[in-house]
Amino acid sequence: MNKILLVIQREYLSRVKKKSFLLMTFLVPVLFIGMIALVAFLTSRGGDEVTRIEVIDQSGIFADKFKDSRNVDFERAAATDLVQAKAAARKNDAFVLFIPANVVQEGNAELASEKKPPLVALNEVRSQMNEVLRNRMLADAGINPETLKSIDPEISITSKELTEEGEQDTNTGALYGISFASAILIYICLFVYGAQVMRGVIEEKTSRIVEVIISSVKPFQLMLGKIIGIGLVGITQFLLWIILSTTLASLAGQQLLGDRIESLKNMDPEQMEQINKNAGNAPEVTALLQGMENVPIAYIVTVFLIYFLGGYLLYSALFAAVGSAVDNETETQQFMLPITLPLLFTYIMAFSFIANNPNSTLSFWLSIIPFTSPIAMMVRLPFGVPDWELALSIALLVVGFIFTTWVAARIYRVGILMYGKKANYKELMKWFLYKA
Amino acid sequence: MLAVKNIVKQYANHRALDDVSLEVATGSIFGLLGPNGAGKTSLIRIINQITGPDEGTVLFDGEVLNPSHINRIGYLPEERGLYKKMEIGDQMLYLAQLKGLSRKEARERCKYWFEKMEMQTWWKKKVEDLSKGMQQKVQFVATVIHQPELIILDEPFSGFDPVNAEIIKEEILELNRQGATIIFSTHRMESVEQLCDSIALINKSRKILDGKVKDIRNSYRSQTYCIEYSGDTELGFNPVFDILQHQRSEDGQQLRLKLKDGKTVNDALAMLIPMVSIQSLTEVIPTIHEIFIEKVKGINHE
Repeated sequence: MNKILLVIQREYLSRVKKKSFLLMTFLVPVLFIGMIALVAFLTSRGGDEVTRIEVIDQSGIFADKFKDSRNVDFERAAATDLVQAKAAARKNDAFVLFIPANVVQEGNAELASEKKPPLVALNEVRSQMNEVLRNRMLADAGINPETLKSIDPEISITSKELTEEGEQDTNTGALYGISFASAILIYICLFVYGAQVMRGVIEEKTSRIVEVIISSVKPFQLMLGKIIGIGLVGITQFLLWIILSTTLASLAGQQLLGDRIESLKNMDPEQMEQINKNAGNAPEVTALLQGMENVPIAYIVTVFLIYFLGGYLLYSALFAAVGSAVDNETETQQFMLPITLPLLFTYIMAFSFIANNPNSTLSFWLSIIPFTSPIAMMVRLPFGVPDWELALSIALLVVGFIFTTWVAARIYRVGILMYGKKANYKELMKWFLYKA
Repeated sequence: MLAVKNIVKQYANHRALDDVSLEVATGSIFGLLGPNGAGKTSLIRIINQITGPDEGTVLFDGEVLNPSHINRIGYLPEERGLYKKMEIGDQMLYLAQLKGLSRKEARERCKYWFEKMEMQTWWKKKVEDLSKGMQQKVQFVATVIHQPELIILDEPFSGFDPVNAEIIKEEILELNRQGATIIFSTHRMESVEQLCDSIALINKSRKILDGKVKDIRNSYRSQTYCIEYSGDTELGFNPVFDILQHQRSEDGQQLRLKLKDGKTVNDALAMLIPMVSIQSLTEVIPTIHEIFIEKVKGINHE
């Protein structure tokens, strides 16, 4: 037991001390935050491209009612019919909006141009035309648009989950986001850390130190020590990332949002209402923020850590067995398929099928079978998974990694002493069957 | 110290060890000899508990071999290796602790050996920054750092340059004088013949010969002598010896002779002294290598 601890210690320290580990630990959160900031910045700047649209209004309803927006400038066209306008448009590289006289009956106008119009411009034109038409129709029906606006009801729906503790606000959006992100993270990490285990085994084998080591410790102890040591490296990295990211994010948040939140807090209800009215989507934003508060972060993080660890132990044992069977990394490919396939399959299934049918029989089984459950269960989680299913899945995952570790250890103990022998699946089977 | 009894090791297609038994006395230097592929490494791996035998037992100090013995054995495998990217000092401490030393003991032992082998400046270096010869010194220190009672060296001198080989040899002999039992395993029999007290010859998975080097060679004495002399005389058939070979050279003449039954080398000298002037006399005893060749030939002819 003492020897396993020594192996764990070495595997852990030798990796954590590396410069690349420090670099990854600090760089990833910075890059992550930087990327979010960049995306936010670019989106807020928006497309600053302005589309000029020349309007030919044969109906006479719209011409003066178009308002220039941030992305679209409206102009009255010089031409009066479509043929002329099209010719001019071709020459000037402009967009021509042709509104026929019978637009109200037809419900159709035409935007002609050399190239495809930007989606923003298209939406702008459509919404402005609809607005104008609606007002006109309301007027025709004898309804004052102002009256209508004042009686516009606004209902937002808060989903309440009925649990034993009572009613609880949930926000599925935030929950989905976090769970899906966890599933992707597990998928990536299983490969990243599994490959580290494999490379570690190959390193020991090619540098020939393995025979020195296993004259002191049992192969099983060496394998397990390596797997646990690298697993701890992974967990350390996660924790550091979480701490660093939240620190960075809260620092940045204070800088950007601090003042605004303060002023929001000090506002009286009347003002609040006013603001809510002004900003059309405000209720949803507040709901989302409230939802974030109600996301059971601790629950998800716990489940995530359990499935990361379980999945990691399950797959890294197989990675170790592959590493023991080859002499260098290029030979690993032929054995990688059985490891890659179930993971890739679940990954694809997770976002194409499970997310849409979280409670189907197939989804259930995928989240129960140990080889697929780490990813599948994370995706099912936001839709509510009964405790017994979670317990069953985790119990099977434990059984699963004990099984793969056992299988892998039997291959490993023979494989690490086989130099220069090209292994194939038949060979592995033979190693597996050797008596201890 | 070590008793190997009727060991059988079967791999899928071939039998690596077939009913091999041998005994290694405490404090002795033992040579495990045989060509490549004879089964030496398989036997050593069994003694190191890296693999287990299919049949037979190994006794260590009278006890059936068990994991508690691991810390009392030092093993230098034929395939040497160290962690390339790990600092030498850390590596030594790690390997020493794996052999059951406490961190403090490991540190003291390391200090002792690094001074002794003049490698103090290497502590912070990485293996990949050392030359081959330096690496092997490090590897040797790793083998003996926990003061093992039994030291097993597989092809110990292969890859060493002559200077380092001599240093290592001296260290091994000193450890032996301090009480450690040494097992050499090698296919280069001449390299350890002078060092070993006892040997076992292994060929094609079977032990074909074992015993004290002196006894073995004595048993292969064939009353053959080599005499160098000057002076010219015609030696023909005589009642004392048969002539095996007669060479003339500028310095003198060399005669290989085999004594007839009941005659002693003194009889031969008595006969020769009046005729020629004797320069040297040596008994021709076959080397272990020659004995081995003869043995193997004999077996192959059977």
